[in-house]
Amino acid sequence: MILNTHAIIFMGLALLMVIAALLAVTTRNIMRATVYLLFVLFGTAGLYFILHYTFLGAVQVTVYAGGIIVLFVFAALLIGKGARDLTHTSILRYTAGFTAAATGLALTTYLIFTHQFPDVKPLTSVVPINLIGHTLMGSDKYNYVLPFEAVSVLLLACMIGALLIARKR
Amino acid sequence: MIPAEYYLVLAALMFFIGVFGFFTRRNLLAVLISTELILNAIDINFAVFNAYYYPEHLEGFFFTMFAIGIAAAETAVAIAIILNVYRNMGTIRLKNLKKLKF
Repeated sequence: MILNTHAIIFMGLALLMVIAALLAVTTRNIMRATVYLLFVLFGTAGLYFILHYTFLGAVQVTVYAGGIIVLFVFAALLIGKGARDLTHTSILRYTAGFTAAATGLALTTYLIFTHQFPDVKPLTSVVPINLIGHTLMGSDKYNYVLPFEAVSVLLLACMIGALLIARKR
Repeated sequence: MIPAEYYLVLAALMFFIGVFGFFTRRNLLAVLISTELILNAIDINFAVFNAYYYPEHLEGFFFTMFAIGIAAAETAVAIAIILNVYRNMGTIRLKNLKKLKF
């Protein structure tokens, strides 16, 4: 019974994500594209919740849906009329894009279904938050304090860089 | 239980929808949205491989988390650049942006 509800939720999320992603890359209005992207990001957070990675789902919602979408909305509003994607794509470019995407998708799907993956040992419970904290802050093997510090320096650098690039002179 | 292949196919669909958008959009912000789709699809793959095949480790989990953080940084810088391009050239249509090409 529980497995069935999982499958139904997964199918619903997958449908939502694919439709929203298609609309996000085809709609002419940049604001609408941003909102469709938001739906895709929420769907991804839902997938993380189904996978028992609740912390990852929370990070996805706060960073992506909360931060990046707000950035896109501000950019679209600041740019205003210039942000509208009114020019029509040439049919040649359209065909090229479609062919590249369809070929890649066919190849990837074929590989996914023919490749011999190792045995599945799925997670049965939520990853405990104190394990995540200790792994993130530990300095032993398979611990992540160095990338954590590197990312914090990167975020500082990117904040200063963004301010420097975007400020009015 | 949902087979891992379903997740992988979903991620592949999202990735190639992003690639399609990357080819066909004519606007810097729209191209950036397509890039976000591509990055998001990759994040799903990392999480699925970790959860289904190596649940005793957390490598994919942390890779996804750092990828989300770096994607946020990348988007912030990209949007700053786009705003600057708009301020200097008055447009963000790819067709009109030729100065950086050579």
